[in-house]
Amino acid sequence: MGRYLLRRFATNAILVMIAASLAYMLAATTMNPRGAYEGRQPPVAEAVVDATLDEYNLNDKTPVFQRYVTWASGVVTGDFGRTWNGGSVNEEMGRRIGVSLRLLFIGTVVGFVLGVGLGAYSAVRQYRFSDRLIGVGSFVIMAIPVFVLATLLAIATYSLNRGLGFTLIEYTGEYNPKLSGWDQFFNRLNHLILPTISLSLGSIAFYSRIQRNMMLDVLNQDFVRTAMAKGLRRRTALFKHALRTALIPAATYFAFAFGTMLTGATFTEKIFAWHGMGAWLVDSINQNDVNAVAAVSLFASLCVLVASFLSDLLVAALDPRVRVN
Amino acid sequence: MSILEVRDLTVTFPGDIQAVRGVSYEVSRGEVLGIVGESGSGKSVTSLAVMGLLPQNAEVSGSVMLHGQELVGVDESELTRVRGKSISMIFQDPLSAFTPVYTIGDQIAEAVRVHQKLGKDKAAQRAVELLDLVGIPHPNVRAKAFPHEFSGGMRQRAMIAMAIANDPDLLICDEPTTALDVTIQAQVLEVLKTAQRETGAGIVMITHDLGVIAGMADRVLVMYAGKPVEQGAVDDIYYRPRMPYTMGLLASIPRIDGAEGPLVPIEGTPPSPAALPPGCPFAPRCPMRIDVCEEEEPPLVAIGGGRQVACLRSNEIEYKGLTGEDVFPVPDIPPSEVVRVPRDERATVLELTDLVRHFPLMKGAVFKRRVGTVHAVDGISFDIAEGETLALVGESGCGKTTTLQQIMQLAAPQSGRVVVLGRDSAQLDRSARKALRADLQIVFQDPMAALDPRMPVGDIIAEPLRAHGHTNVKGRVAELLELVGLAPEYAARYPQHFSGGQRQRIGIARALALDPKLLVLDEPVSALDVSIQAGVVNLLEELKNTLGLSYLFVAHDLAVVRHLADRVAVMYLGRIAEIGAVENVYDRPAHPYTQALLSAIPLPDPEMERTRKRILLEGDLPSPADPPSGCRFRTRCPKFARLGEAERQRCVDEEPRVDRLANAVDHGAACHYAEQIEVIPASEDQEEK
Amino acid sequence: MRSKVVLGRLLRNKQARYGCIALILLVALAYIGPFIGAYEWTDKDFRAFLSAPSADHWWGTTSIGQDMYAVTLRGMQKSIIIGLLVALISTALAAVVGAFAGYFGGRIDRLLMWGVDLLLVLPSFLIIAIISPRLKGGSWLWFVVLLAAFAWMITSRVVRSMTLSLREREYVLAAVYMGIPRWKIIFRHILPNLSSLLIIDATLNVSGAVIGEAALSFFGFGIQPPDVSLGTLIAEGSRNATGYPWLFAFPAGLLVVLVLSINLIGDGLRDALDPGSNS
Repeated sequence: MGRYLLRRFATNAILVMIAASLAYMLAATTMNPRGAYEGRQPPVAEAVVDATLDEYNLNDKTPVFQRYVTWASGVVTGDFGRTWNGGSVNEEMGRRIGVSLRLLFIGTVVGFVLGVGLGAYSAVRQYRFSDRLIGVGSFVIMAIPVFVLATLLAIATYSLNRGLGFTLIEYTGEYNPKLSGWDQFFNRLNHLILPTISLSLGSIAFYSRIQRNMMLDVLNQDFVRTAMAKGLRRRTALFKHALRTALIPAATYFAFAFGTMLTGATFTEKIFAWHGMGAWLVDSINQNDVNAVAAVSLFASLCVLVASFLSDLLVAALDPRVRVN
Repeated sequence: MSILEVRDLTVTFPGDIQAVRGVSYEVSRGEVLGIVGESGSGKSVTSLAVMGLLPQNAEVSGSVMLHGQELVGVDESELTRVRGKSISMIFQDPLSAFTPVYTIGDQIAEAVRVHQKLGKDKAAQRAVELLDLVGIPHPNVRAKAFPHEFSGGMRQRAMIAMAIANDPDLLICDEPTTALDVTIQAQVLEVLKTAQRETGAGIVMITHDLGVIAGMADRVLVMYAGKPVEQGAVDDIYYRPRMPYTMGLLASIPRIDGAEGPLVPIEGTPPSPAALPPGCPFAPRCPMRIDVCEEEEPPLVAIGGGRQVACLRSNEIEYKGLTGEDVFPVPDIPPSEVVRVPRDERATVLELTDLVRHFPLMKGAVFKRRVGTVHAVDGISFDIAEGETLALVGESGCGKTTTLQQIMQLAAPQSGRVVVLGRDSAQLDRSARKALRADLQIVFQDPMAALDPRMPVGDIIAEPLRAHGHTNVKGRVAELLELVGLAPEYAARYPQHFSGGQRQRIGIARALALDPKLLVLDEPVSALDVSIQAGVVNLLEELKNTLGLSYLFVAHDLAVVRHLADRVAVMYLGRIAEIGAVENVYDRPAHPYTQALLSAIPLPDPEMERTRKRILLEGDLPSPADPPSGCRFRTRCPKFARLGEAERQRCVDEEPRVDRLANAVDHGAACHYAEQIEVIPASEDQEEK
Repeated sequence: MRSKVVLGRLLRNKQARYGCIALILLVALAYIGPFIGAYEWTDKDFRAFLSAPSADHWWGTTSIGQDMYAVTLRGMQKSIIIGLLVALISTALAAVVGAFAGYFGGRIDRLLMWGVDLLLVLPSFLIIAIISPRLKGGSWLWFVVLLAAFAWMITSRVVRSMTLSLREREYVLAAVYMGIPRWKIIFRHILPNLSSLLIIDATLNVSGAVIGEAALSFFGFGIQPPDVSLGTLIAEGSRNATGYPWLFAFPAGLLVVLVLSINLIGDGLRDALDPGSNS
């Protein structure tokens, strides 16, 4: 098995490399970092601009392939280059990566667990009131894009806080730097509430639909009938046999859903003023910051591949049929 | 004292679909009740209703008494106490009946622990004992295997082990061997008999196979359109049927023990449970119907001797001693002109020489890799003369389907030669291949899958005509439809509006569109009910004789083969074990595998089944990825087991070739110690002839 | 005839019926509504900046005095057109790529699926966002092309896996054994038998594209001013949603209702076209 894992790692590494290179090429050809220096008052001499851009490896007068080689050889040694105004991409990334990962991790876990749970419950209670409620709810939520949802949540919290006269739920930023110790920890948790809801609500709805449908597919299968023929109660048969088997397809969706999660995280970070990778992407595109964009792309593709890898492992753990002995 | 007593059981599904319309029966300790019927007759729904396992939207009424305790309408806790404890059920498809993510041992142990207060270890231990009881080798190792790691036969054994885990009083077996090959079926039926001996349980055996019932049942209940039409002791039903449907059913089965001539078909198809005719549901198909039959449904009445019949004319049938052959019209099939010419003088339409087809064996869905080679077809040779039917028989995994694909592809084989109508497939260019396809056509097994559901029947039949540039397409389509016994107006309808038998006829019409010389028949009747099957078999025979066709007939049903084929080739693990004229191979099989295969087939004749001696094979088919050295059959061969050490060595070292037997013109076997014996008892009517 | 059966089943489905009614009303609002309103979407009322909904300006006005009613409907027109076009292009692309990869197998399959994997590795939002600076000043149709170009991959995988099973179907084999060319088999036997899937998918792709358009426009990566779409309007409105809720509520509400009605139809279609499945 080890050899196969290795081979898979290798192909994934190649995919990440190609994806990141592609993203770099796209960014380098479409963006114009020179724009930031033009039209300044007083005007900056072209030679000076060239020299600055050369230093940051952003000069559009250098052939794009040459810039790519410089960038790639940096990346290989772990140096992601400079931002448009000379800052270190590595440093900025170091600050932001944890913020995003925390959000993504919590959002994914909450979304998957609650979604699967609700879906399974809904399937068992098919056509009852609770099933219909969950069904309608997930339909409505899936129709609400993250940016609308996040804005709605922010408005609601703002009104709530104003009505109460104090800040019950935080709706902007990551934590209050003035606090320390446990206070800061709880403050961080408080700041997490809204982003987590806005990020995971969509995936809860998504997984609950999937899990419900998978369960219903499985419910009518022979092995559930066999389990009941043994003398198990319907409920036991459903949870022990149907749910367990229906988890397998849900696990394969994990990989697909993660891309959406990344996009969702971008909006969530931006709207709740978290300084994560997603917010950085939007800012750096607006600032024509080629190296930052490339770094975020690399991060995103890495995340997607890790997610698909985890999803494969999860499937292999759940399903003895795909395991290789 | 009966264990189970079912009274007036009815099951209605939403949309007023009356699946079961009043079934009554009882089963005593140690008794086997056979329930026979075609698909849609309500036999499986009846048993699920008894277990209380129907979907919640099914409406069940009537009474099911188990040891005097009512089961219809009681709440779940009552039912769970009974299910798996007093009544157990064995399902048809053992692959889907096991939860794929738990080990076999765990699933059996679970059944034990539901009803017995046992520790986990004890239950696991009990599971291993049960697996041992049903004849699974190395039970303590196999208990830890997952369902997909078991073969079909082993899974069904495990299913039986699970069913008898709590020593039930009643076993309901729903088509327990339908998904299995004959030699495995024989093994599993043997295990069932053992299980019954061990538990003393009564058995309800549901099947469409009249052979299986003949060998197992004490009493038989025949169902048609959701209702019992005849019930009685097994001998009475088989030898003295009193209801035209039962008579037709018995007469329509092709028999392995001879009987030439056309089969007896029952015209029409069973009614849909959503649209039953007003009177007797069988009346539209019954040659004995009188006007009253179409007005009122005859009740099931007792006629003495523990028998019940639902037919107005049963007295007359009894009085005149009528049989299916007397009542149902038998078609007249003209003889073939071609076969008058001796075989040697006829042209050869297909010739295979040392054909080989190997596949890479891949493993793992997520992490794919090649782990070996499947020797699907490993050097087979045969030929088909003009006007002849050669049957290729064997159990699943023997390579018959691969052989057929190799022929149909008309491409160069990995090794060996395929010569169709004198043209070597390896030397064909694109246009020659296309031209040759007109002479080589195929009829598929599954009439549902063989026709594109999005095309009207006319277009389906016209497709080959248009592809080969024919102009008068419309006229030809009408002609073809008539040829296979369908009305030309049907051309405008879609396949889903036809019954299985009709669809198979459409498939045959399409295959005949280009006037082929050689028709490949891939299990053409195995998906059809017996009563429908006879009509299609007759049609195939008639077409062959009138159009001068040659058939390559791939099948696993040896009775149909005997009926339709002139010659037969028996395959085992990618090789031919025995080949020759049908009479030779069936009456005097020389290869131990053929002998076991023939002896495993259940005969629809209770008396013969009781007296027959079976040659049971040990174990499963070895993996075609790792065939045994020398003779491939030696690992399961009963003859090999009887040989001395020195003689055995030859089987291990040397692969036997197909050699012509000394005393026969057309009979060869691939066995070092071939010896012709008789395994099918000659039937009475054959002796009379 | 079959389409009649499907339509009947679709309209019997309560969800789908509501979805159809809502969608028809929305489309009517988007295309007939502007003729009823008093203002053109390009008009600017210099006497009313950021005024709340009133008899004059039914849905209020924007910070530059545009009539929200007119502007929102204009934005919805754009969103609907973009959704339809993207769904059409991406589903067709998915069908062809998936069917060819699945049917031909071997090297073509590996190449195409490798391409799909590569495109799936980078979230489409990211790629389009990166390319978007190039689009400034270009036609919005380029935006449609981009959205479609990155929306077909998952469907094509589904099409491919279904093609793999259809390929072994006996009626396809029968066609092969008749000597019919393989590309003809794809268009005659394979794609028509996937039509249920493709219709359902195209429907759901419409709502996906509407959301995708809005999401990109939200950050200014999509439709460029002076043109408007629901996304640009929501972006504008969300900046000051607490102070001037009408700027946010109308475009956001219409977007949600639009997406919801399309999803309901898609789900109903699935039940109608494919009664066996639960998914």
